[in-house]
This record gives sequence, C-alpha cells and structure tokens, in this order.
Amino acid sequence: MIMDAKGLHYKALNKLIEDAINNSAKKIKITNVNGQRYIGGGIKGNVEIEIHGTPGDDLGSFMDGPTITVYNDAQDGIGNTMNSGKIIVHGDARDIVGHSMRGGKIFVNGDVGYRVGIHMKEYKENFPVIIAAGSAGDFLGEYMAGGRIVVLGMKDSDSEIVGDWIATGIHGGMIYIRGKVEEHKLGVAAKIAEFSQEDRKYLRNLLKEFCKTFGYNVKKILDAEFTKITPMTHRPYGKMYTE
Amino acid sequence: MRFPPEFKVVRDQEKCTKCKRCTIECTFEVHGYDKKKKRMVANDENCVACQRCVFTCPTKALVIERRPPTFSDHPTWTEWIRRDIMTQAKTGSVILASMGNEKPYQSLFDSIVIDACQVTNPAIDPLREPMELRTYLGRKPEKIEIENDALKTEIAPNLKLETPIMIAHMSYGAISLEVHKALATAAKEQGTMMGSGEGGLHKELYPFADHIIVQVASGRFGVHEEYLKIAAGMEIKIGQGAKPGIGGHLPGPKITEPISETRMIPVGTDALSPAPHHDIYSIEDLSRLIYALKEATRYKKPVFVKIAAVNNSAPIATGIIRAGADAVVLDGFRAGTGAAPQVIRDNLGIPIEAAIAAVDQRLREEGIRHWGSIIASGSIRTSADVAKAIALGADAVYIGTAALIALGCTVCKKCYTGKCTWGIATQVPKLRKRLDPEKGAKAVSNLIQAWNHELKEILGALGINSVESLRGNRERLRGVGLSQPDLDVLGILPAGK
Repeated sequence: MIMDAKGLHYKALNKLIEDAINNSAKKIKITNVNGQRYIGGGIKGNVEIEIHGTPGDDLGSFMDGPTITVYNDAQDGIGNTMNSGKIIVHGDARDIVGHSMRGGKIFVNGDVGYRVGIHMKEYKENFPVIIAAGSAGDFLGEYMAGGRIVVLGMKDSDSEIVGDWIATGIHGGMIYIRGKVEEHKLGVAAKIAEFSQEDRKYLRNLLKEFCKTFGYNVKKILDAEFTKITPMTHRPYGKMYTE
Repeated sequence: MRFPPEFKVVRDQEKCTKCKRCTIECTFEVHGYDKKKKRMVANDENCVACQRCVFTCPTKALVIERRPPTFSDHPTWTEWIRRDIMTQAKTGSVILASMGNEKPYQSLFDSIVIDACQVTNPAIDPLREPMELRTYLGRKPEKIEIENDALKTEIAPNLKLETPIMIAHMSYGAISLEVHKALATAAKEQGTMMGSGEGGLHKELYPFADHIIVQVASGRFGVHEEYLKIAAGMEIKIGQGAKPGIGGHLPGPKITEPISETRMIPVGTDALSPAPHHDIYSIEDLSRLIYALKEATRYKKPVFVKIAAVNNSAPIATGIIRAGADAVVLDGFRAGTGAAPQVIRDNLGIPIEAAIAAVDQRLREEGIRHWGSIIASGSIRTSADVAKAIALGADAVYIGTAALIALGCTVCKKCYTGKCTWGIATQVPKLRKRLDPEKGAKAVSNLIQAWNHELKEILGALGINSVESLRGNRERLRGVGLSQPDLDVLGILPAGK
C-alpha cells in the first residue's frame, strides 16, 4: 500500500495509517514525508512501514511490534517509550532516541544526537537495543535501567565517538562503545568494566542483524578496541538518604 | 549513641496475657518477651506510634505515650532541628520523610469561610431537592451548534464524574496491590476516577481501567500502548506538591519481583524518576508529549498535566492548556508523598488555595478557562476543603492521604521504610495481607459518599443546586484574619464586607 504524505498534517497522515492497519495492511510505503510527527505512534502488530522523506519527532512512540524503515534522516524522539518492534534509520537520528524504551530494536546507520537511550528498561524477554553506526552526543544512557546501547563510531574519524556525561545514574543495562572512552567522560554511578571474550561473543550475536540490515561485516566491526560501561551498583543513590 | 525515644510504650501488666500478638503486629521490633522476667518488654527507641499494637492488643493492655521533650526548651533551636543536625552530622545524608509538609504554616483553607443563605435568598433543602454533583473534566466547546436536531459541534473527550472528588495518584510500588485494588473498586463504586500513580498498573487493575487515569511521569514506569489505551484518561506528571522540582527515588527495598515486572527495572534497585522529563524542556516539548499520547490513543481520551503549585503556576498553567492539555492538575505544598527529602517537602512550593485562585483568574483573564479543567490536590482533608477549592476555581479535587486514612493509615510517616504495619505502604506479602481490598473499598467509598452528602448540604445552604454553580464562585467565600495581599491573591473579601 502506498500513501503520499505531501501536504498532509500529521493527524491526517496517522489516521490514514491507522485505517490501513485496521484494514489489515501488512506493508505500507509512505512517500513525500516531510516532518510529520508521531508516525507509527501507538500502533501494534506485524506491519512494515517504509518512509521516504524525513519523518518528524516521536517516530514510533509507544509502538508495539511493527517495523519502520526510514531511508533518510530522522528527527528527535524516535522510539519514545517503544514497547517492541524495530526502527531502522538509514541516515542520522537526532536527540532522545529510544527514551524509556521497553523493548524492540533501533538501528541507526548514521550518528545519533544528545540524550540517547535515557531511562531504557528491561524485564526478562522485553529487552531494548539501540545500535548506531556513527557517533553519539552527550548524556548517552542516563538513568539507564536495562537493555543495551552500542555505538560503533564508524562514520567520521575526526569527531569523538561519544560525548560527555555518559550513563549518569545508570542502575541496569550496559553500553558498548567501539573505541577507547576516557574515564572522565563518565557520569556519576557509571564505571568502565573489562571487555571480555564473553562480551565479544555476546556482541557478535547482537550485531548480526544490524550488519545484515546495513551490509556491514561483523568480523571487521569486532576487530577493534571496545569499551564496556556498566552500573557501579544497582542503588547509586542508596546512601544519599537517612531517617 | 542513639536519641532518647520519642514515644513510650505503656503496658498494663495486669491486663497483658503475654499472648505476644504485639510482637507479630509490630514491624519495627519494639515488642519482645523477656524470658527471665517472664513478661513482655518494649524497646521504646524503635516505636513510631503507628498504633498497630494498640489497636490489635486483645486485652487493650497497651498505650503509646509521647515522651516529654528531653531537650532544654529553645524557640529557635527546637528539639527536631537539633535532632536533624545531629543525625546529619553523623551520616552526611539527606533526611528522608513521608506524608505531607510538617511545618506549621498558616492554613488558608482554615482562614476561609463559606457564605450561607438567610431570608432574602432562600436555602435549598438537599433532602427534598435534587442536587447535582456531576462533573465533566476536559475541554469545553466555545459554543454549541445544533443542526437538524442533532449536535453539530464536535465535543472533545471529557471524563464524566458523579462527584468532584477523585482518588489521587499513588504509585504501585509506594503502596501495595491490595490498596490499589481497594481504591479502584471505590472509584468505580462512586462513579469517579482513581489515579494510577507513576508505577504502572498491575494486570489485576485492568478491569477497573475505565475508572483509572494513568500517569506518565519522568521515569515512564509501566507506560506502554495497552496501559494508555485501556485507561479513562492520561496524566503527564511534571511535578509533585510534596517535592516540587525534584525527581523521585522509590527506595530499593520496595522494588520486589512484581514491582520490578511492572516498572521494568531490576529488583532491589531504587526506582529513579529524574527531576525533568528528558524529552521535555519547554512548553513546546510538553505539547509534543501531549500529542504523542493523543495520537497513540486516537484522540479518544483527555490528557491532563500535573504540576506542583509554585510561584509562576498561573503562566505555566496557561502554557499547559495552550499546549493542548485538557486539564491542569495543581498539587499544593502540603501534598503527601511516600518518600521525599524533608527539606524539600517542608519548604518548597506554595499553598494550593493560592495556586487555584491564581490559575483560575489567569485562565479567565485570557478567555481560555473553558479550554481545560482545573484539578486541585494536596491536603484536601474535608468536604469543606473540597467546597472551598471549587469555589476558588477548581473543577475537581484529588484526595490521597484522606483515602489512605480511610484505609487505616494512622500517618506515622514511615512509608519510605516499606514496613507499614497497616499493610498500606508496603510490598511485604504478610503485611499486604493485613489490608482486605473489599473492606478497604467500602471504607473509601463511604468516605466519598459522606463528603458528597456534606457537599450537598453546603450547596443547599448556599442556595445553589449544582456544583457547577459553585465553581469559581469566590463571591461566596470570605477571609478571616487574612492580610489584604492574601485576600487579593485569593480574590475574596474579608468577612463582614
């Protein structure tokens, strides 16, 4: 099913998508997307949405199951509080990618902005993953409570792979950065842990689908130094209070 | 060295049968049996005066007394100020507190009186005449258009309540599943709403969802597509009256397996709600989340935004309503909490009375009062407070602590320990069992019913027959002992004028 988003307000466009899903559309291609917000907001099921153009903020927010592919850049807030499903961005994505994400995957073939993966969560099989081929801005994984963030830094060798204040308040989950991260870049409650053979094995599995999606070689990616960032403790502020 | 105890356990050894019930009921390890002396003994230092042992002692052998202040009197350096300094000198930590503001600020509610009809404007007898408490929350249209005997105007989704009293947001995690069930059952029975709090909803609450307003707070705990879709309405929590401007830390010991499942955070970790939502740094960002929620639920439900009552509540509330919210919730500085830093709880924010009046006034001046409702919360203690809040400009109120007291809470202020002897603010299975959700629901339902009756009496005395006519009707309020600036803020006259 093909939709032309030209000149449509997001409310109208999202209504078209809703109607299509209710009519059991399984593949939806949207052309001429130009900043419309909330595409795929709160939708569920195993529908696939292809986006040509640049979607607006909060792409796939609260989404539960579908796959969205963006063949351009994406803006702020993709996968906000997303429950399950997949968002693939062939270009860059901007700030607050995967805010409070609860499950599913976000693959970005370019850079991601500030505040990515803040407050990501997990519970058993609900396990969110964000992987970016490029670099990430400041405040990556702040207050992280679960899931995995992987930043590969393969796009621009001049810029830093990751910004400052990494994982402040982290109390669950893990971050892998391809390259060396200085200790001073970490926020309170985060620490650098040893990147072991186990981690390399784990990462190989985690990266398989990502590499297939964008045509990368897993071996080549893994043939590099990695930094693993984990919580210091499950209760970073446990000693802050008294009676 | 420990402080001298605050309370004293007085046991009538004549009445005491040494049944040891008190040792089971108490979770603070006060009571014990001395084998040598062959009698029950008490460790006063641990007593929090929750009264559980007093209520449950089969022979009524126990009394808890306050011990006289043990420090030399001083008007500035009160005993509690000295105790706090000593505690902090020892620990270097922030003092944690539960329930609402404990500082004796003047109560504006208690300085306001309500008018009554005499001779010239007859009162209405609520026993004989119908009295309308029904309240609709949400955006109201500018005007109504009828075409071919049918409503042409599109009406925004509103919540229909049979009373202006709703049950406040208290999170699953801070309170037990049994309490959530009791509150939800009562809300359903009284045709009103209960707030989910920020900890998500246990699946057992789903059947009550059409009487639940689900909260979306900065930690986004338990927020997912189904949670939003089954609810009656949604509420974005920006701030909380008990701790304006700061986030929340639900202490790790309260994060048990079921709480971990609902919140999706590791067992035993502190549940961290950051101070700001990290995707909201402006009214424009707030609007983005409001519409993200509306889009996700296809514009079928209202979205409320809750803020703590602060100096600039009026312009902020305008922004909130203009950003697309269907109601603004104002939480006053006396609002309750399961855990907050004492210094924040006791010193930040403004009284709810002032915030209601200021926000109502501002929205009226801007001609957008009908765009959204005003909901007030934060220490609504009686039906009189409800009536005064509405007359100052609120559409409805939330009651939190009052509902918990109906369930048996004695306000011992130890919610953050998770050891609540009354089975309310706890996740310990054997303590949770102490609260029967059915009996609890009946108690909360009774409280709302009683206040409804009283509200009708007040309306009758005012000579009006609907709560809608009371809303913003400040002409029917008078201030007693308030300064002119206070009266100006509240928009009321002094008594006698």
